Amino acid sequence: MKYLDEFRDPELAKGLLEEIRRTVTQPWTIMEICGGQTHAIMRFGIDQLLPPEITLVHGPGCPVCVTPLETIDRALAVAARENVIFTSFGDMLRVPGSRDDLFRVKSRGGDVRMVYSPLEAVKLARENPGKEVVFLAVGFETTAPGNAMAVKQAAAEGLTNFSEIVSHVLVPPAMEAILSSPDNLVQGFLAAGHVCTIMGWDEYEPIAARYKVPIVPTGFEPVDILEGILKTVRLLEKGTPGVENQYLRLVREEGNPVARAVVNEIYEVCDRKWRGIGMIPRSGLRIRDELAAFDAEKKFRVEGIVTEEPEVCIAGEILQGLKKPHECPAFGKECTPRTPLGATMVSSEGACAAYHKYSRKGLS
Amino acid sequence: MCLAVPGKVLEITEENGLAMGLIDFAGTRNKACLTYTPEAGVGDFVIVHAGFALQVLNEEEAAASLKELGRLAEFMEKDKT
Repeated sequence: MKYLDEFRDPELAKGLLEEIRRTVTQPWTIMEICGGQTHAIMRFGIDQLLPPEITLVHGPGCPVCVTPLETIDRALAVAARENVIFTSFGDMLRVPGSRDDLFRVKSRGGDVRMVYSPLEAVKLARENPGKEVVFLAVGFETTAPGNAMAVKQAAAEGLTNFSEIVSHVLVPPAMEAILSSPDNLVQGFLAAGHVCTIMGWDEYEPIAARYKVPIVPTGFEPVDILEGILKTVRLLEKGTPGVENQYLRLVREEGNPVARAVVNEIYEVCDRKWRGIGMIPRSGLRIRDELAAFDAEKKFRVEGIVTEEPEVCIAGEILQGLKKPHECPAFGKECTPRTPLGATMVSSEGACAAYHKYSRKGLS
Repeated sequence: MCLAVPGKVLEITEENGLAMGLIDFAGTRNKACLTYTPEAGVGDFVIVHAGFALQVLNEEEAAASLKELGRLAEFMEKDKT
């Protein structure tokens, strides 16, 4: 596929690996923020090709993983109602709440449907005026513009039977939470390239300056990731923290202002719980009060459902780059992708699920 | 979840007031909303995530990156011998 295959070229990857080997003189710990990057690193074996000085730790950039149990429980309560068509991206359907998941609600007769685009949920609302259509809006800055447009479009069409459960999360506050932890190990970041297509890199400049870390917006193909690592290592070795863009073909400094304007029209910044980590101030998005009619948590009065996270796994430490999946005693035993105990085994993009799929247990 | 795939815009239409594109992903065709990439024209590559084009791909930057990385790979290969 054009613009994917070229960035998987083994010759280019070899050149980059050689240059990384020549550049590195001391140990560095680098975090890739995005679960998609974690998955690519495991799939292409990048972690095993890097020189031993470089340790990659895996960040919290998996929205499915960090969606709080409480939100899943609220979604399940709404999805189980009669007269509701509950819609979601496919990867949220099997995420376990405290006692259930959306697939099981569906198997008991709930009308739960997978959509590829949030606009499909709006279409369902248009075509089913007698039903309430609810969309579970999760994701990072990448996904927020589409989910916001669904509300904007429903409002423009006067659809009163469409609403969203919104549990959006934002990357920069999570990076700050990691960097300000006294146990922090992370010395540089590969920032999530697709988040930056929307946000640009303005917000990273003050973080790079305050915590003296390099931050490199990076793509998702192996050549992109290796080039992102090389740029990060060069900045670390030179002692010149700052932001340097690797993903030149898609990330511009200003991001996508048209998309951000719609996000800000529909959503506002709020405090947000992250599964496995806890509350991070101003790290989420919610529907603005004046659009409360589109807020499914208010519409179906499920805000009272409060769930505490069980202390059964080390997902929180993994999401903050403090531990690796195979250091958990439950990994691959009680905890597998079919029976996940925590956030990072839940989604295929979670670090534990990626380690499990690519058999990293015992290799490192 | 932030998976996004590049595809070529084949045609642009309007649906319910929104600009929509028919996008070719290496032979597989699917629709995507183009409202956030008003500058995208037929023949452009866009990156698509969850049914929305997020950005137009800068083909010149892509070519320049690949050229530079090609030179690096060539240099490393020569330098070994």
